[in-house]
Amino acid sequence: MSAIIVTETTGLLPPPRRRGVPGVALLRSTHGLQRTMLLTGLVVIAVFIIVALLAPLLAPFGFNADRAGGVIFGTQQPPSAAHWFGTTVGGQDVLSRVIYGARTALSVIVLAVTISLLVGVPLGVVSGFVGGKVDRVLVLVTDALYAFPSLLLAIVVSIMITGGRSTPFGGILAAALSITVVFVPQYFRVVRNQTVSVKNEPFVDAARITGARPSRIMFKHVLPNVSQTIPVLATLNASEAILTLAGLGFLGFGIEPSAAAEWGYDLNKALSDAANGIWWTGVYPGLAIVLVVLGVTLVGESLNDVLNPMLRTRGGGTTTADEEEIVLDEDGNQVTGTGLDEVEGS
Amino acid sequence: MTLRLVPRSPLVRYLLVRLALIVPTVLILVTVVFFFMRVIGDPITASQGGRLSAAQLAVRKAAAGFDRPILQQYGDYLGGLVRGDFGTALTDHRAIREVLVTNGAATLELAAWALLIAFLVGVPLGRLAARYRDRLPDVSIRIFAVLVYAAPVFFVGLLLKLLFSATLGWLPASGRASASVEIALNNVAPKTNIMIIDAILYGDPAYIGDVLQHAILPALALGLLTAGVFIRLIRINLLETMRTDYVIAARARGVSERLVVRQHAFRNALVPVVTVMGMQIAMMLGGAILTETTFEWQGLGYVLSRYLLARDFVAVQGIVTAIAVVVAVSSFLIDVINALVDPRVRY
Repeated sequence: MSAIIVTETTGLLPPPRRRGVPGVALLRSTHGLQRTMLLTGLVVIAVFIIVALLAPLLAPFGFNADRAGGVIFGTQQPPSAAHWFGTTVGGQDVLSRVIYGARTALSVIVLAVTISLLVGVPLGVVSGFVGGKVDRVLVLVTDALYAFPSLLLAIVVSIMITGGRSTPFGGILAAALSITVVFVPQYFRVVRNQTVSVKNEPFVDAARITGARPSRIMFKHVLPNVSQTIPVLATLNASEAILTLAGLGFLGFGIEPSAAAEWGYDLNKALSDAANGIWWTGVYPGLAIVLVVLGVTLVGESLNDVLNPMLRTRGGGTTTADEEEIVLDEDGNQVTGTGLDEVEGS
Repeated sequence: MTLRLVPRSPLVRYLLVRLALIVPTVLILVTVVFFFMRVIGDPITASQGGRLSAAQLAVRKAAAGFDRPILQQYGDYLGGLVRGDFGTALTDHRAIREVLVTNGAATLELAAWALLIAFLVGVPLGRLAARYRDRLPDVSIRIFAVLVYAAPVFFVGLLLKLLFSATLGWLPASGRASASVEIALNNVAPKTNIMIIDAILYGDPAYIGDVLQHAILPALALGLLTAGVFIRLIRINLLETMRTDYVIAARARGVSERLVVRQHAFRNALVPVVTVMGMQIAMMLGGAILTETTFEWQGLGYVLSRYLLARDFVAVQGIVTAIAVVVAVSSFLIDVINALVDPRVRY
């Protein structure tokens, strides 16, 4: 991700003299509260990634183990020296499940964001550049999907992929694909609208005159000029991906519990514990979700602030991290507006 | 005003186009859901497969018409929808329309309570944050807003349950009313299925109290999520409005800061909230599914997750389709309100 930051920032910020450690350019352009937020976010994400990668080394037990060395852990045991976070209703170690859950979450985020980028961005560029009927239909379809509750959409896709039965294989891929369907319209909208506004710029005409093929114009000339908001969107989507994954898991549509540890699923199992005052089965996986979403959101907002200087407050005041939200929303409205224009014009 | 209302006015034109767009939107969603759910086969095999023999399955499929060409089934399904017929659930044989009315009322009630909480929490806090920009109240309120966004509703629900129900014992952990109250309210003459209205119709203050007690935790869980959005919106819009010329002019005239915020800036800062409400409805419905499951609140989301686990895809499809219609219609209504409130919307 930090690699993206550097490549994307160079065009927008005063270019750094040489390429240093990824993210340094970004960090330098921040100050005060914003820098604290960005740093906090980056640290949280770093810890999350390390935990996810080193899960087998860090976790005291397997995520599905209910005994070690022939000794059964016991169910719903409160936190103790042997089990720092206690044990679940199924007799598994909560700490181990939380640690392995990071691994599941990271895999799903990476897969979901990558696939949505690979599908949404080219689709948006082509649709916006070519225009015409195909474009109009795609705008209508993605607008319809965008307006729909994302969790429901993910559920429907999850049913389609798994047939409503959890399969041990492809649980993570299925979850990622379900989330992808939610994200593709978002990338499509942003990229398509920017393509529409960029395609009449002189440099596109210039490329056309020199005889460049449309595909070359689209991906060599237009794409680099419409991709500025993508890192922000991808980061913010990452936090949405965690929440959607957890929501799917909570409703029993995520990943089979024996195949991987998943925070949302654990929270569902912890519901009945909560009524009996057993707090450790739910609080830890829940905190894990909050922490990761928080970290990713902080980075996403700082990124947005830095990468979209237009969002900064007029009068040179301190930049506020949540200004982008409205602009993203307005962006959404503008998108709908464009869709309307198209239909009105036809 | 009268000029604006002649048929070729931009407002009417805008609203007509917007209204016309509902049809393709709903059609697209219905189509997507229908074909996505049929990719895996017919609903009867999905829900009964393994329990019945192949011959029995074939009989059931033929009886329900699932052996016909898919496009014909699709056409029939659309025809049914136009007549308001959403089909019948495979597992408990309830008419989906009846499910939508009964459980939909429960979801509506939850959403209304949650919206109330969101306003009660979000609007004052957003205002406070803008007033004390970059000072302690602002920073702590913004952290709160980010936290409620980052926490999934079901985790907030779980924490609320742990604290107020399991530990303190102040509030019930689940359901829409105590069992005895629910039974009594079943006999209210015009049963609305909106518990609080039923309780008021019944007229017993103890029942009203019981229903309210049950609503507090679910409404908080769902409402805080939306409150976080409101806080940020109102804060940022208020800050934006505070920089406008007319506010500066008011200040120059010597109007007190409190009055500037209250009389001049605040109302204008509320307009964008209406805009975002449209998007919030979709988010709230998604959140309602999770909240209802957390608190066993017998709304649409609760039955939906039960049908999902039973693999009753006829019921799932019906409910999802109905939600699509609700989302499309409500976002249209929000756009109408928007166009009426803000002249810049009509172009």
